[in-house]
Amino acid sequence: MARADATDVAASPETVAVRLAASRYLADDSLATAIFLAIRLGKPLLLEGAPGVGKTEAAKAVAELLGRELVRLQCYEGIDAGHALYEWNYQRQLLAIRHAGEHEIDIYDDRFLIARPLLQVLRAPEQRVLLVDEIDRSDHEFEALLLEFLSDFQISIPERGTIRAATQPIVVLTSNRTRELAEALRRRCVYHWIGYPDAAREAEIIMLRAGDVAEATARAVANAVQQIRARPLAKPPGIAEAVEWANAATILEKGGSPWPQAFRRAIGVLIKDEEDLSSIAPELGRIVEEVLA
Amino acid sequence: MRDLDNPFAPFTGRRCPEGADEGQRQPPTSAQPLTCLPASSPRERGEDGLPRPAAPFLGFARLLRDHAFAIAPEQVTSFMQAITLLGPRSMNDIREAALATLAPSPDRRGEFEAHFSFYFYGDAKPSIEGQEDDETRIKDDRGAHEEEDRTPRQEKGGELSSALEQLSSRDFQRDADGLGPFRRKLASALPARRSFRTARTRSRGTLDLRRSLSEIVSADGDIPAPLLRRRQTVSRKLLLLIDVSGSMKLHTADYLKLAHAAVQGADRAEVFTFGTRLTRITSALRIRDREQALARAAAQVDDWDGGTRMGPTLLAFLSVPRFSAFARGACVVILSDALERGGHSDLETAIRRLSARAFRLSLATPLAGDPRFHPATAALRAILPALDDLVDGSSLKSLTDFILSLARPAPAAKTIWKRVS
Repeated sequence: MARADATDVAASPETVAVRLAASRYLADDSLATAIFLAIRLGKPLLLEGAPGVGKTEAAKAVAELLGRELVRLQCYEGIDAGHALYEWNYQRQLLAIRHAGEHEIDIYDDRFLIARPLLQVLRAPEQRVLLVDEIDRSDHEFEALLLEFLSDFQISIPERGTIRAATQPIVVLTSNRTRELAEALRRRCVYHWIGYPDAAREAEIIMLRAGDVAEATARAVANAVQQIRARPLAKPPGIAEAVEWANAATILEKGGSPWPQAFRRAIGVLIKDEEDLSSIAPELGRIVEEVLA
Repeated sequence: MRDLDNPFAPFTGRRCPEGADEGQRQPPTSAQPLTCLPASSPRERGEDGLPRPAAPFLGFARLLRDHAFAIAPEQVTSFMQAITLLGPRSMNDIREAALATLAPSPDRRGEFEAHFSFYFYGDAKPSIEGQEDDETRIKDDRGAHEEEDRTPRQEKGGELSSALEQLSSRDFQRDADGLGPFRRKLASALPARRSFRTARTRSRGTLDLRRSLSEIVSADGDIPAPLLRRRQTVSRKLLLLIDVSGSMKLHTADYLKLAHAAVQGADRAEVFTFGTRLTRITSALRIRDREQALARAAAQVDDWDGGTRMGPTLLAFLSVPRFSAFARGACVVILSDALERGGHSDLETAIRRLSARAFRLSLATPLAGDPRFHPATAALRAILPALDDLVDGSSLKSLTDFILSLARPAPAAKTIWKRVS
């Protein structure tokens, strides 16, 4: 796909929405506006939401929309600068020193530098989109490091000096909100909370994402999932689970189970918690019959 | 709220900076937000270059700030930039821009919307609280306490002040309660876990390849002594859940003192109180001075000496992701008599879920101070299998001793109490 100019692609929130739909991602007005603003204001986009509402997918769609490569940095507890910024390839440096013998050699040459996601993006901001995934899992020290990166878009390497981005890279951050992020980080970003979509939109998403699911099935699944989410569950099913459920039920139906049964049998891909399963089980039959009617 | 698609006339199709000479959108009611611009004129406040139509947006940000939304100047700048970028073609554009750039936290989204429609549409003035009255109210002191300080408390004033008095009258025995040593010992006494991170060490470690190699490179290929590393140990989190209902009246003051010592002493501790509501008081207890901290905490709790809804409040605790994430792998100590009003099925579910998350789940009940105590109530018997400890919480001494012994293994509560019976 040809690389497009960022301002061209993001001429208005509607263009963004249309282009996202072309990359198989259905964004509501609010999300399209947030993406539009992030691109045009040159600020990072912070997406928060429950697990499985399509935060990471949104970042992938943004990369595709801009025709850029997505560089993903998955956060975890204990992530450090060596994983996020850069590292020297010591083994190669050692070999080079041995190999050089009496000759002089620059062991801080580019070929010994291992670029980690943040540096990769910094070097080619026009070709890459940075996704910092599940930032709430990292610890506070890393958040501070990221803050520094996001405000100046530069990295200092003691042996080499400072590397600056030629243009502002596009950055998407996601968080499941298992903990509150630093105010400074929220402040610096364009913010969007992704909620669960309404039934009609969810049906569209299922149609778009699932392999071959009939429209009636998609609508039934969307309605049933809406009802299930309204119950007090430990882990309400996300959009990804709804898509899986539609897929699984369709496969089972093709294998010979009649409709209501296919839904009931495939429930394992939708609800993945024993307690939730037992609490929903008595009502499941009624819900499924109701949405199929 | 009115139909948002209905474009709001004065803004339609106009870019703010250019339409500077046209009529400015007047704030809806005379008595409200723009008048809370202080007496200083825009000029004095350094807003010279700002076109007049932009003023309402600034005023909106100020209104939010007055209601304890944390909004930075740079966010206001991007709010205005965003509005310019979007057109704005309708009121909805302004709303979206506000949501994206001013970033109200999802918990306060309803409040934000109310302020928005009040400010821009002139709807009814938003009441500070008053939604979701059936559900267990959760109060997180983060960011909201300024607002809380200001609201006068009329109805519950008597009860609150009596609680305060009690706290201060007991403070004379500051050194007699043994909390000083408890605070100092706590950090090292809590159970430890191995961290993902490693630390340099001189002995008893594995080879730190990365550091050793970089050492070799900086020594131009010479091989100095290899460097070692070892995984760090960090102490586990401590979560105290304090029952402040009427039946615990005699003990809550002591418990709060204990909580204060715990927050001061442990690396990571969180304290919540529950009765009919759930209240986070950790940040109040971070104040070093005990009297001040306790007074602050006491003012934050609204449900002193009321009824108990232990099950629903604990479930409410678990339903907030960042609270329940804190319970994961933590030492959870519930200070309560577990006298649940009505059915105990909620309590059972909540305790089971908590115990599935916690490293060790303990219930300290003042009733166990009585030697004839036996877990006989239906609620206690139901939750006993999920508890790691059921201990005496009748005195500070027994409690501090117990918390300092958390790192030592003990048989499960069920086996101990079976033996006793």
